[in-house]
Amino acid sequence: MFAHLVLGLRSAGLPASITEYLTLLGAMKAGVAEYSVDDFYYLARATLVKDERHLDKFDRVFAQCFKGLEPPDGVKVEDLPEEWLKKLAEKLLSPEEMAKIQSLGGFDAIMNRLKELLAEQKGRHQGGSKWIGTAGTSPFGAYGYNPEGVRIGQDESRHRRAVKVWDKRDFKDLDDTVELGTRGMKLALRRLRRFARQGAATELDLPDTIRSTANNAGSLDLKMVPERHNTVKVLLFLDVGGSMDDHIRQTEELFSAVRSEFKHLEHYYFHNFPYERVWKHNRRRHDETIPTWQVLRTYGPDYKLIIVGDASMSPYEITMPGGSVEHYNEEAGTVWLDRLASHYRRSAWLNPMPRPTWGHTRSISMVNDLMAGRMYPLTVHGIDDMTRELSR
Amino acid sequence: MAGFKSTEAYIATRDLEVAVNAAVTLQRPLLVKGEPGTGKTVLAHEVAQSLGCPLIEWHIKSTTKAQQGLYEYDAVSRLRDGQLGDPRVHDIGNYIVRGKLWDAFEADEQTVVLIDEVDKADIEFPNDLLLELDRMQFFVYETRKTVAAKHRPVVIITSNNEKELPDAFLRRCFFHYIRFPDRPTMERIVDAHYPDIRKDLAREALNVFFQVREVPGLKKKPATSELLDWLKLLMVEDLPVEALRSNEKQVVIPPLYGALLKNEQDVHLFERLAFLSRRGG
Repeated sequence: MFAHLVLGLRSAGLPASITEYLTLLGAMKAGVAEYSVDDFYYLARATLVKDERHLDKFDRVFAQCFKGLEPPDGVKVEDLPEEWLKKLAEKLLSPEEMAKIQSLGGFDAIMNRLKELLAEQKGRHQGGSKWIGTAGTSPFGAYGYNPEGVRIGQDESRHRRAVKVWDKRDFKDLDDTVELGTRGMKLALRRLRRFARQGAATELDLPDTIRSTANNAGSLDLKMVPERHNTVKVLLFLDVGGSMDDHIRQTEELFSAVRSEFKHLEHYYFHNFPYERVWKHNRRRHDETIPTWQVLRTYGPDYKLIIVGDASMSPYEITMPGGSVEHYNEEAGTVWLDRLASHYRRSAWLNPMPRPTWGHTRSISMVNDLMAGRMYPLTVHGIDDMTRELSR
Repeated sequence: MAGFKSTEAYIATRDLEVAVNAAVTLQRPLLVKGEPGTGKTVLAHEVAQSLGCPLIEWHIKSTTKAQQGLYEYDAVSRLRDGQLGDPRVHDIGNYIVRGKLWDAFEADEQTVVLIDEVDKADIEFPNDLLLELDRMQFFVYETRKTVAAKHRPVVIITSNNEKELPDAFLRRCFFHYIRFPDRPTMERIVDAHYPDIRKDLAREALNVFFQVREVPGLKKKPATSELLDWLKLLMVEDLPVEALRSNEKQVVIPPLYGALLKNEQDVHLFERLAFLSRRGG
């Protein structure tokens, strides 16, 4: 019955399954939504969507599937008397604007264009910006049409219904990969957790208690074990300065997310590419650097290495000794990255540049090759992929 | 069917009503998410009240295990009793401590179970409750008994989104995302909570409140519960409306801001904005 809705959702990438579809049918049969389209929309949403990230997609698919089902509510543009609009236009428009209308092909042409635009907007569901953008200066804006529907002659409460609820796309900013807050990152990073017993003994260890009680000739001897804690160790290398300035906010968010998520977290800074020296405090980077060798010796291969950088530089900085922009490096960047990647069992590179642009910069694909493809975009989704790789 | 509706103290939007009614009718859990302070936990209280059922609350902490909601076997006290020769020791049932879900299943009438902040627990927590929430029954290994629900309880689960929930778990739930209320809804909420508030005070306070929420870069935006606390303070202090009024251009720190802004960075941000606008204006 509503199979095309579920299929549409699935092709839009929403994980709706037959279980949810059956639940929806069951709820319809039980009369939860009764005979209101709005209620059906709410019910379908509660049944088929399980994450607020998908709400926007759902609204789009729903609008597509049930296009035209909604009975005409309120006033339609086509139904507005033309005379009246003309009058309104004369009242509201300055002579210059009237001249502009004439140059656009006269009133009829504008009306047609208006209808076209409205149709186009319904089809693509994002014409809003066009409308809002032109409001005020364009003749359309001055007529008092609103992209959310037609408000002329309607009171507040009707206005809500004139707009189809799902066409409003209220959940637009909750769509995934767009918003990138520390919360999302923390969530993604939690996948990295590994539990081990550590700390104060608070849990009863039954096998050991039984054994020691038996050894004790039956007199009770309780044995405790420590609770399980997250023991993952993370080593973070952060690119600072230069081209990274554009990505400071993202990197800061990542940094605060990892800091609160891991007990064993060490971080070092580098510029453009990790060479033989890194540093801990940016303010004193010129006099307090630490040899990368020392970092390798201090933190064993069980640490998970995450390098954050845009990898956008001249290819020489990677391949040639002495290629660094800041100092003379004895060994080429490739040597150092190889060394790091082979010392740490699990390593990955996070790149704040959007993935589609990676192909445009040669050094990015070079680094990606050096990391054997383990470069991920600095988005919640990218971090998710990275943690999956790191925790394998 | 006794449907769930907005009550005098709780304003539910239509989509929330539909979601709750669907969950009640089909006897499936309802998962509620939303910004902190938008009334997720209160919802369970209201549902219980409107259905006339007792509410069983299970608050989840980071150390909570799924098993604790069903039952716990108190091995230590049994060992102790065995040592002391207590006759109770022969019946293992004496050492089974019932959990919240057991209470709900065995209740003589339908109950509403609130599993609050399910995301606080370990990642595996929801998976461990799959069968229990689906069939509304579980097996007690120690006594070889199956506990099945006499009346399937209405289960309401809240989440703050700190952890992603497993798909298998989500499939069994209805889902509702409580959006931040818009202005008309917020007015109804304020009305429901403080029917005798001065109209001008409420209006100005809402203006300030929505302005505060609009300020870019706030770490924690104030939500409904903060607004209600703040209004209460304003009413107790009996401030003149003028104290809230700010002209369009100037940003002022709202009086008694402690109820609205919950961390010092946000307060600093406001002080800076106020300073800038004073200088500019």
